[in-house]
Amino acid sequence: MDIKAYIALSLTLFTIGIIGVLVRRNAIIIFMCVELMLNAVNLLLLAFSKMHAMSPAAKALPTYASDAQIFVFFIMVVAAAEVSVGLAIIVLLYRNTHSVDVNFLNRLKN
Amino acid sequence: MSVSKLIWLIPILPLIGFVINGLGRKLLSKTIAGVVGSTVVLASFVISLLVFMEIKAGHSIATIHFFDFIHLSKLNIGFDFKIDQLSSLFLLIITGVGFLIHLYSTSYMHEEDSKDFAKYFAYLNLFVFSMLLLVMGGNFVIMFIGWEGVGLCSYLLIGYWYKNQNYTNAAKKAFVMNRIGDLGFLLGIFWLIAKTGTISYDQVFTTAALDNLSDTDITGITLLLFVGATGKSAQIPLYTWLPDAMAGPTPVSALIHAATMVTAGIYMIARSHVLFSEAHFTQHVITVIGLATALLAASIAIKQNDIKKVLAYSTVSQLGFMFLALGTGNYVAAVFHVLTHAFFKALMFLGSGSVIHAMGGEQDIRNMGGLGKHMRITSITFLIGCLAISGIPGFSGFFSKDEILAGAYAHNPVLFGLALFAALLTAFYMFRLYVITFTGKFRGTHEQEHHLHESPWAMTLPLIVLAILSIIGGYVGIPEALGGHHELAAFLQPAVPTAAHQLDHGTEYMLMGISTALVLVSIIFAWMKFKNYQPEGEATGFGKILQNKWYVDELYHAIIVKPLNALSSFLSNIVDKKGIDGIVNGVGKAVNYGSRQLRWIQSGQVGAYVLLMVIGILFLFIVQFFYPFW
Repeated sequence: MDIKAYIALSLTLFTIGIIGVLVRRNAIIIFMCVELMLNAVNLLLLAFSKMHAMSPAAKALPTYASDAQIFVFFIMVVAAAEVSVGLAIIVLLYRNTHSVDVNFLNRLKN
Repeated sequence: MSVSKLIWLIPILPLIGFVINGLGRKLLSKTIAGVVGSTVVLASFVISLLVFMEIKAGHSIATIHFFDFIHLSKLNIGFDFKIDQLSSLFLLIITGVGFLIHLYSTSYMHEEDSKDFAKYFAYLNLFVFSMLLLVMGGNFVIMFIGWEGVGLCSYLLIGYWYKNQNYTNAAKKAFVMNRIGDLGFLLGIFWLIAKTGTISYDQVFTTAALDNLSDTDITGITLLLFVGATGKSAQIPLYTWLPDAMAGPTPVSALIHAATMVTAGIYMIARSHVLFSEAHFTQHVITVIGLATALLAASIAIKQNDIKKVLAYSTVSQLGFMFLALGTGNYVAAVFHVLTHAFFKALMFLGSGSVIHAMGGEQDIRNMGGLGKHMRITSITFLIGCLAISGIPGFSGFFSKDEILAGAYAHNPVLFGLALFAALLTAFYMFRLYVITFTGKFRGTHEQEHHLHESPWAMTLPLIVLAILSIIGGYVGIPEALGGHHELAAFLQPAVPTAAHQLDHGTEYMLMGISTALVLVSIIFAWMKFKNYQPEGEATGFGKILQNKWYVDELYHAIIVKPLNALSSFLSNIVDKKGIDGIVNGVGKAVNYGSRQLRWIQSGQVGAYVLLMVIGILFLFIVQFFYPFW
């Protein structure tokens, strides 16, 4: 498959993620959009990794093609850790304000 | 020899006195402070006398090197003392007259608080130390240290009664005026270092070093050094501080502003006579300035009514005589006049102090009169001083003044005429002062008359000693025309050359005759005129100009002080307040305003932050895309 299709998909997912973060006020939706952006990046990493695996340079260096795929696992681990912390924050936010609207999080202002 | 090993004690002793009195001023009683202050100077005097005897006996104690003071790659300035005939003579004057004045001060200042009393002696000791350093220094830098030290002490002592605003103003004036001169002196020293690479007297005043100097260099250096001398020795145009310096206690006026400090300029020029003899233009300048100062100050003294002001202008005038002698290359005569002037002017200042003491602080001679009846010793010694300064044969002033006049005549008869006129004015105003103060009827209040008394022994003893010195002081320099040998000139010969011009005896007799006769006429005229003195009203015409000191202070005020004040108020009000403050406050205001605008960015809305971040990243992408090599 052409790499351009992967790039287009990944760009679309990422843009959806950004717009979601920007326009939505619900903390859980924002959170999901952040995850979406992370996964868009993951997808792109995998696509490029796959593409480079066929290049002559990859034949010289055995780990050349697999580096990005291992990196993706790290991103998923970090994302999972982030999710656990983020959800905990959202739970506490809800307990305190009975709302998950991020615009309530401006208590430090003034 | 053992004496040369004691030389370092001469300046150190007064310094010890300064430290003791300065640190212990709250603990020491008046008696102890006075004894300490006087004893250290007396001890210095004794050592100076030993040194003097040693040198007189022919042992030369040349330059003593203590340690390297400033050591740079090519320049090596040692902490050296140069003890030769000239400096040993000055040592005697400073410590001798200095001791008498310390002794006098113990009585004169007795009404001060013990704290102030010790402070006064501390300053006086510090002054003696600085002055000794000035004359003992073996190079111009050591001299400059002493030079600045005496300036500082002069300032401190003029402003001794610092609670009086006028007195502190007088002190500031003296300091600033001296500072102008000091700048010239310092520049002269720099020039000398730049051209010769050394400033030690022994090295500068050799023909080898002088060969390195062009005529312009010598003229420039000597003129700058002379500027320093005009400041310290109160010559035109920097003389106006000296009459104001009379704000200090009277013994201070006697020691600093008559006998010693103001002769520093004369000492400096006599010390560097090798340079000055080469610079003919500078010599002309010195001659003209000296003569002009002598005449101007003498004319002002005629109309002054403050007893100390008369003496102050008289000092300025006599210093002018000394500079006239220096300008005509007659260095020995100048040093001789320094010596005799130190005696009779210190005598008269101390005498005036005795009068002021008796009058309870009154200084205006219009309120005095007839004091001779009440204060016999003061009156007689003062008369001796007047006779000496007027140049009556037999008194010390006659010999030194005659030598200056003869030197001037040999140089140019016109100089002689003008100098003689100044000498006549001197005789006139001194006897005006004497007659108005000590003869006739008392014009003060009844209470003052009741209070009149002769001063205690500590004040009259210095008067008597100085009176004797004022009489016999001249006999060290009897000219050959009168059958003497001029021992002073012979003594100073190795350090200071005698004048080149020699008049034949007939001319000298004639000059002496003329000056003596005219001085006598002047004295008699003054005596007749002021015998029945009554205070007159406001002076008019020329007298008013003289009374107002030729309006020189007003002139300086108009051409220097006022423009400076205007400039500084312009700088303060316009440049500083509007310009610099405007910039500084403007920056502050701009930052303040800008931050108030930027505050809206910090909305606290997470969404807004993210939006900005995205915009920023997009912007970077666009830049990267269109200008990839940025």
